[in-house]
Amino acid sequence: MIAFVVRRLLQSIFVMLAVGFIAFSLFNYVGDPINNMVGQDTTLEQRQELRERLGLDDPFVVQYGRFLVKAVQGDFGISYRHRRPVSQLIAERMPATLELSLVAAFLALFIGVPMGVYTGLHRRGFLSQVFLTISLIGVSLPTFLIGILLILIFGVMSQDINSALGFSLLPQLPTFGRGEVTQVGWWSTGFLTQSGILALILPSITLALFQMTLIMRLVRSEMLEVLRTDYIKFARARGLTNRAVNFGHALKNTLVPVITITGLQLGSIIAFALITEQVFQWPGMGLLFIQAINEVDIPVMASYLMMIGFFFVVINLVVDLLYYVVDPRLRADRAVAAGHQ
Amino acid sequence: MKLRRGKSLRHGLTAAVAAAALAIGGAVGGAEAKTFKWAFQGDVQTMDPHGLFETMTLGFQSNFYEGLVTRTPDLELVPALATSWENVKPDTWRFTLRKGVKFQNGNSFNADDVLFSVDRINTEGSDMKVVAGLIKEAVKVDDHTVDIVTPAPNPILPLQLEIFYIMDKEWAAENNTTSATNVKGDDQGNFANINANGTGPFMVTERQPDVKTVLVPNPNWWGQNKSNITEAVFTPISQDATRVAALISGDVHMAYPIPVQDWKRLEDANGVSPLTGPEARTIFLGFDQDRDELLASSVKGKNPFKDQRVRQAFYQAIDIEAIRSKVMRGSATPSNLMVAPQINGFNAAMNERLPFDVEKAKSLLVEAGYPDGFEVTMDCPNDRYVNDERICQAVASMLAKIGVKIDLLAQTKSKYFGKVLAQNNYDTSFYLLGWTPSTFDSHNPITALMSCRVDGKGAFNLGGYCNERVTELSDLIQVETDQEKRQALIDEAFKIHSEEVGHIPLHQQPLSWGVNDDATVAQRPDNVFHLQYVTVN
Repeated sequence: MIAFVVRRLLQSIFVMLAVGFIAFSLFNYVGDPINNMVGQDTTLEQRQELRERLGLDDPFVVQYGRFLVKAVQGDFGISYRHRRPVSQLIAERMPATLELSLVAAFLALFIGVPMGVYTGLHRRGFLSQVFLTISLIGVSLPTFLIGILLILIFGVMSQDINSALGFSLLPQLPTFGRGEVTQVGWWSTGFLTQSGILALILPSITLALFQMTLIMRLVRSEMLEVLRTDYIKFARARGLTNRAVNFGHALKNTLVPVITITGLQLGSIIAFALITEQVFQWPGMGLLFIQAINEVDIPVMASYLMMIGFFFVVINLVVDLLYYVVDPRLRADRAVAAGHQ
Repeated sequence: MKLRRGKSLRHGLTAAVAAAALAIGGAVGGAEAKTFKWAFQGDVQTMDPHGLFETMTLGFQSNFYEGLVTRTPDLELVPALATSWENVKPDTWRFTLRKGVKFQNGNSFNADDVLFSVDRINTEGSDMKVVAGLIKEAVKVDDHTVDIVTPAPNPILPLQLEIFYIMDKEWAAENNTTSATNVKGDDQGNFANINANGTGPFMVTERQPDVKTVLVPNPNWWGQNKSNITEAVFTPISQDATRVAALISGDVHMAYPIPVQDWKRLEDANGVSPLTGPEARTIFLGFDQDRDELLASSVKGKNPFKDQRVRQAFYQAIDIEAIRSKVMRGSATPSNLMVAPQINGFNAAMNERLPFDVEKAKSLLVEAGYPDGFEVTMDCPNDRYVNDERICQAVASMLAKIGVKIDLLAQTKSKYFGKVLAQNNYDTSFYLLGWTPSTFDSHNPITALMSCRVDGKGAFNLGGYCNERVTELSDLIQVETDQEKRQALIDEAFKIHSEEVGHIPLHQQPLSWGVNDDATVAQRPDNVFHLQYVTVN
């Protein structure tokens, strides 16, 4: 088991190295950072001097090597745009992204799974049709459009609608930023203030919608599959309550693929939160990365990409470990295998 | 200066002063808190006044840092940390410093701080080296008098010093930030990157890069703060749609820039309106007139743009009125000069454009030997100027009518500038560019855009337009101290450039702000926003 974990962690190093290599080979094509770092009156010589100071004239392999040598010493360079250490910037932004991603993942899971179970059990129910229609919207509309629609409805139109109706139908919700945050050690949290929690609502729904519908559809199809199996029929024949059958036997057996997908999706929630972050001006790592692309801030881009590579590897590892917890067969196989040795 | 909704300048200022008086009066009896919130598309990049020579950053810093001189919302040059200045010798300007000024940490301002700031803009990380180059040395005459010696006689030095901000010498030493913030690393200067200590009308109380920056009025400011706000909160919002929504929903009092296409939305919405005016930025087209064969064209063995008739044909094929009314929604100011009316040296008599005349353009192309036109690639940014890509598309379709086929290469600014600027050997045949002279003086574009690429001149003359007389005039204008003679030299340079169609000036683009009806703000033609002219109801 420990060997397995260590092996996977070692693999993650190779993944990160490969990501970094590809990233640096692409940086030649994202434009020239110098012009974003100086004013229009800066002379050609001064521009060239800055380019040399930053080593931008070197081949990308040399630049990559230099980055790696510093990175293993814990120095990820200085952001061209912010003029501060990248590690500091990422540490500052990480809480925002992680809080948003976790809330979104939580929403997706705790709304998506019950909706999936419900639509699986009541296939022809009216509510099921409604859920499925909503899920179609969630799957087909791009994230940024959902975000802008939510901003339009809950930020701009809600006032007019409420005043036209004469009562508060729609709440007026914050449309950008994180609200007031509280520092807990180095972690800045939005969970402790009212404005922080309100500010989380629209972005987390936007981010969760796609995952939620994905999970719902997955659970639904798995449920339909499992409900047809013999052991469910036996369970019913034994006179078990519907609850015990549906949740104790059926749902549990649908969970392995759900965990795989949810785990992988958590990685993509974190990685692709950047679209939601940009729409809502959410000050997380994704926004930092998008701005880094616009300004060709190479140290930030490189560090971010390698870190996301690391995240994906770790999440995959956690997912693999969770299989053992959920699926007794895997544990049994291992035990049997061990027994034969 | 333009005030919102037809209020006259005088009216607005009176109101502002009255409001300020009320605020002061109210302060005694416990004034209510007035918070002003505003949003821009990007964050100010650094708090260090010597870190980045960029309009947004320097404009933002001018709320808390000050230079020796400053400008009103009408761009009039007025005293700031210097009370007066005179040209005592051709190469020496003497500045008399304001007495009794305190930095926000309580330190007194004096000549040593000016000398220190001159040293600081010469350090490695400084992006104010252009300003540093204007100053040979700064000499302390007494505690409140400084002589600035220039490398050559410089009649416009005070104009060029508006954005040279003064930092407190003792504060910098205490916090180990005596060199400008360096992108290369090492901690020198990084304190000033996130902390500020100026003499200006506002003080920074909270700074979270990319999230928000909070300012409050400086109670010890030497000047008359015309604002009635007690707190100002700045938030960058990068997405246009989100920024406009934040304005309409009342989350911010002011947001800029507003996409030209959204003006109507603001007019239709309750409680907000667009605030627009001509920006001092001129948008123009340029040609490669330097190479013997264009890099990206169907014409081989010669360069069609070396022929003045071809350049003029392009000029007269462009329907500037259509660009103004359709692409820019009526908000641009067509121009025949490379400078805007707000710029020193602008001469209205010379701003008449050549007429739009497709037949004439066609016959010019026939004369030049291109009866069937030709094909050429046009470089264009798509996120730098107001509707830049759409202007290029419009130009391409207009040129199609005289047989010229344009391959439009519109890219994000980093890629665009990376391709067309000097470091990539001016890789362009035909391009669109915009320019605001940082000094508000015509000498700047005549040197940077219109002079031959020699001796550090013509750095942004991407097409290599070269007339030796214009280059010579640039040198003469730089040292001519007699204003009338100087204007004649400027006129001559523009006249030659116009006659030869060195570039095709298109228009001055609009400033586009959106303001809540509860707030009054002053709009400066270079898009600089000063909190000290803001009032909130």
